[in-house]
Order: sequence, then structure tokens, then C-alpha cells
Amino acid sequence: MDFQTSKEHEFVRKMVREFAVAEVEPIAADIDKEHRFPEENIPKMARYGLLGIPFPKEWGGSGGDNIAYSIAVEELSRVCATTGVICSAHTSLCAWPIYHYGTDAQKEKYLIPLAKGEKLGAFGLTESNAGTDASGQQTKAEDKGDHWLINGSKVFITNGGYADTFVVMAMTDRSKGNRGISSFIVEKDFEGFSVGKTEDKMGICGSSTTELVFQNMKVPKENLLGEVGQGFKVALSTLDGGRIGIASQALGIAQGAFDVTIEYMKSRRQFGKRLADMDPLRFEVADLKTRIDAARLLIHRAADMKDRHEAYGPQSAMAKLFAAETAMHVTTKCVQLHGGYGYTKDYPVERMMRDAKITEIYEGTSEAQKLVIAASVFGR
Amino acid sequence: MAFKIIVCAKQVPDTNEIKIDPVTKTLVREGVPSILNHDDANALEEALKIKDVYPDTHITVITMGPPQAKDMLRECLAMGADDAILASDRALGGSDTWATSNALAAVCRKVGDYDLIFAGRQAIDGDTAQVGPQLAEKLGVPQVTYVTEFAIEDDRKNITVKRALEDGYELIKIKTPCMLTAIKELNVPRYMSIGGIYDAVRHDIPSWGAAELGVDPDKEVGLLASPTNVYRSFTPAPKGKGVTIEGESDKDVADKLIIALKAKHAI
Repeated sequence: MDFQTSKEHEFVRKMVREFAVAEVEPIAADIDKEHRFPEENIPKMARYGLLGIPFPKEWGGSGGDNIAYSIAVEELSRVCATTGVICSAHTSLCAWPIYHYGTDAQKEKYLIPLAKGEKLGAFGLTESNAGTDASGQQTKAEDKGDHWLINGSKVFITNGGYADTFVVMAMTDRSKGNRGISSFIVEKDFEGFSVGKTEDKMGICGSSTTELVFQNMKVPKENLLGEVGQGFKVALSTLDGGRIGIASQALGIAQGAFDVTIEYMKSRRQFGKRLADMDPLRFEVADLKTRIDAARLLIHRAADMKDRHEAYGPQSAMAKLFAAETAMHVTTKCVQLHGGYGYTKDYPVERMMRDAKITEIYEGTSEAQKLVIAASVFGR
Repeated sequence: MAFKIIVCAKQVPDTNEIKIDPVTKTLVREGVPSILNHDDANALEEALKIKDVYPDTHITVITMGPPQAKDMLRECLAMGADDAILASDRALGGSDTWATSNALAAVCRKVGDYDLIFAGRQAIDGDTAQVGPQLAEKLGVPQVTYVTEFAIEDDRKNITVKRALEDGYELIKIKTPCMLTAIKELNVPRYMSIGGIYDAVRHDIPSWGAAELGVDPDKEVGLLASPTNVYRSFTPAPKGKGVTIEGESDKDVADKLIIALKAKHAI
């Protein structure tokens, strides 16, 4: 067992932190306020290889691993959770299933531009009546001989309004239940594809969360991802990896709130002394620090297991459950430690607390993570 | 024709966090992070910009320092440099600027073929701005310091640079091979790339000692060969509190200032 940070990972953290502080942090409060997708930062992230970290170079990636990817999402989210989830949804939910289940032709056509960041990716599983119970898919794909015809809609799609490439689940044979679901690679320019309503959210306000509408959308035969009926498996295995991304986002939010709070506590004086010198507050900080560190260790273990091609589903569920609850706990306490200032938009902890909440909900609620973890204890 | 560039870089303590030990009067280096010297990052960036335009350009980053300076070289590789060389040897320790430029000149000669040498104006730990110019002298190539703009002609022989002076600029035409020192106004250095990091950590960085460089530890490099040495470092005493002049209007304040300066015979 090796807990020492490798040179690669040390450099990745240094590089992404410099990038995040210079390019992302200065606009984080504005994009939140304006509910604006930070379009201008996508080409910059692409240039430095931040949109294809865990994929081999021959497929347009950076040749890194899942720990490096986790570090990058953490560091981006430390200053802007919106930017963190853009990277996470793109990498884990769109590029990864194409990398893992795609044919060489599909990888050539779709993975390379995604990993290079020339195209942005998204993932469509959730529907208005199929959330945690993803098996209740209403979107339907019919085999029309020379193409698939897809009808239906998806909701809460991260990157929805700005993505070029989508991995979409649809029912190909309702009689087979979960085994009747298949996955498809969809382009935004396909006939019959449109982006519907954009959600007005509590947090990650710069992130584009939209509805996708498929009206007699024609999808070429060769865009079936994996085999017919394999869609549910594609979706679940994709979400196992996605949880590493969201857990890293949650960790970054917690670390970011913690860091600004420590600086605040060093300068803020009450009763003639710095907050940093008050024991009850120091105890609180010690607790927050411990939780953050524990979350990071759980995430890096899950990422490492994924890199070693071991089964890591329960580990990524534990990492996501714990990191999300840590983000919520830490940001709430950080607002408290800021007092009245923490409740204003003049300090970033207010935004961070709003951003933290989603990590307990998307890519599997905390309750869904517990189902996965419990199943690993008792069996299904 | 491939364009060959040598970039001189130095690993320095981050001056934002540096302190001088009040007892020993030396720099406290313990726990201070080491970074790529800022002006050297500008030097490398300019070389990388040439490579962006002419992809067959080959960039070698060289440094003299302890073995851990390889970390800084790997950072340069991760930014896009092709090769890196470390001059490292106990015999090189304690070199002043004259001895350092002897060692770096030996590295450049051993590398051999180069069209351009880029260096930063100065290092933030020593602030001498001497090593680059000395290196050019020893290699017998023309030099331009304080380069703030750089343009290369398509023949890759003629270069136009803008040189920043205290009260203006000089526009200079120069032919390769030559040595240029960069200042921060020259460009904005890029970040490392993730892919570059993975290549850089696996990249072999040769370490050359005094013997490989063919330099004499008694006469050319190291502490004994250095004509200068640092006698003492100290933190200057604070200047003390200034005087704030207040008044009804700007004119009133200006009048009071003039009177005060005249009273001190400053004007």
C-alpha cells in the first residue's frame, strides 16, 4: 500500500490549481450570479488536456489515470463547482462509456474529439418519471432497418445546452425490462434532436442543466453503443465512474470553503482575539479537516481500484456518499464560521453551500449510494 | 531546417515566502517551496511560441543546481520543452555568477548546435542579471537583454527585438546565433499540460558533472574559483513611518508639500 503522492499527481495538482486560480476563480462568482455557462473556459481546458485526462493518448487523451482526473475535478471545484461538473459529466459520463464500450470506429469518430476537448459531452439517462428508478425509461428506440428511430425526452441533463455529443439510453424492448434498454451515441445536429427547458437551480448556476427532446430522431445504426439490451449495464457502470467525479467535485467544494474560512479566521477579530485563536472554533476546524481528508482517501482508493480494473462500485458509492455529506457539512459550518458575512454574496462560502447540495442528489442520491453499499453487504 | 533553442532556467525559492534568519544572516530555505524562476518561464514561453509556429523546433532547457532541480526541469518539459539537462556536481556548489556562467557555457558547448539561447533577465533569489550576459560573452555570441517583444523572420536568421530601457525602448535587429534575456512583459507563460506531465515524469534528464563538462573545479567553477562571495545577507531596517499631508484641497496639499520639501532643502 502506497499513500505517497506520485510526481505525476503532485504536478497535476500544481498545474490545475494554477489554472483554476488564474482562469476559473475570477469568473466563478459572476457566472453564478448571471447563470452563465463559462463557455470561454472550455477551449482553455481543452488546450491543457483537462477534458481527456484518463484516456490514452492514441484516443486523444492525456494518458493519465483516475486519481489525476479526481485531483483535477477537485481543484477546479475548489474554486468553481460549475466548472468541476462540466469536466466531470463530460469525462465520466460521455467520453468514458464510448471509450469502454465503443467500437474503434466510434472511438475514432467520437472519443478523440471529446478527449481533445474539441467537442463537449453529456449523458442522458434521467427522465421525468425515471430518476433513481432508472429502469422506468419511457424513451423508445425502434429499429427501422437502416436506422434507429428515437422518441422521448430526458431531464436534468448536465452540459445539455452546450454539448455536441450525447450518450443516451432508450428502451428497445419494453418486455425485457432493464435488459430491454440500449444506449446510443447522439449528435446535437441529428434531425429530431432539440434542447428543451433549461433548469433554474439553487446552485451550480453556471452549469447548463436542460431537458433533451427527441422527436422522430433518426440515429444511424452504427451509433448503437454496446449491444442491444446492454444499455442498463452501460448506464450503471458509467455511473460507478461518474461517482468518482462527483465525489471529487464535492471534495473540492469542501476544500475550497475550508481554505477561504481558514484565511478569514486568521484575520477576523472578536473579543480582542483572532477567530483562529479561539479553542471551540479550532476544534470545529479540526473536525472539518479530518472529514475532508477522509473523503479524499475514500475517493483516491475508489479511483485507484478503477485504474487497477478491480470491481469498485461499492467503494465509489461510499466515496460519493461520504464526500457529498462532507461538502454539505463543511460548507454549512464554514458559513457559520463567517457569521453574518458568510450569508452574504460578498463571500464565496454562500455560493459553495448552495453548490454543495447537488452533490447529495445527482448521479445517484445519497440514498441510492446506500442501496449500492448495503447490497454489497447483504447481497442483492 | 530545424530551429534549435537553449533555454537557461533556474530553480529558486518562492520569494513570496522567503525569510532571512536573523542570527545566521542566511536565507531560510527550509520549508520554502522551490519554483521555476519567473523570468525564465517567460524565456521558455518565447521559445515555445517559436515551436508553436515552427513545430520542428527543438528546445533544450538547461540548469545548474542540486539533483532536486530536476523537478523544475520536468515542469519545463511538461510545458512543452523537448529535452532538459542538469549540470550538477558538488564541485559546482558555491559558484558565483562568473563561475556559473562558465559551467553553463560548458553545457551549451557540449549541447553544441544552437540558434538561440533564451534566459530570464535575472533570478528572484540573487537579482544579479549577470549570468545571461556573461554566458553570451563566454560563448562569443551577440546578446540583447530586457527583451519585451520578439519577432523572427521566415528565414529564421534575422530577429527583431524590442529592448526595454528605463526611459524608452530600443528596436534591435540581430542575427542568429544570439542570446536574449526575457522580462515578464515579453509574454504570459503557459501552464503545464496534463499530457505533458505524464511524458515529463518519464523523460530521461541527464546529469552532467564537472568532469563531463570539462571544467576545472579549482579555476573555473565552484566556491574556490568564484571571484565574489556573499559576505552577509540582512533584512534592511524599516524606513519608519512617513508623513501624511492633509489639506482642504489638492492645491492646499501641494502647497504644504512644497513648503515641507523647501524646509528640508530638498528642492
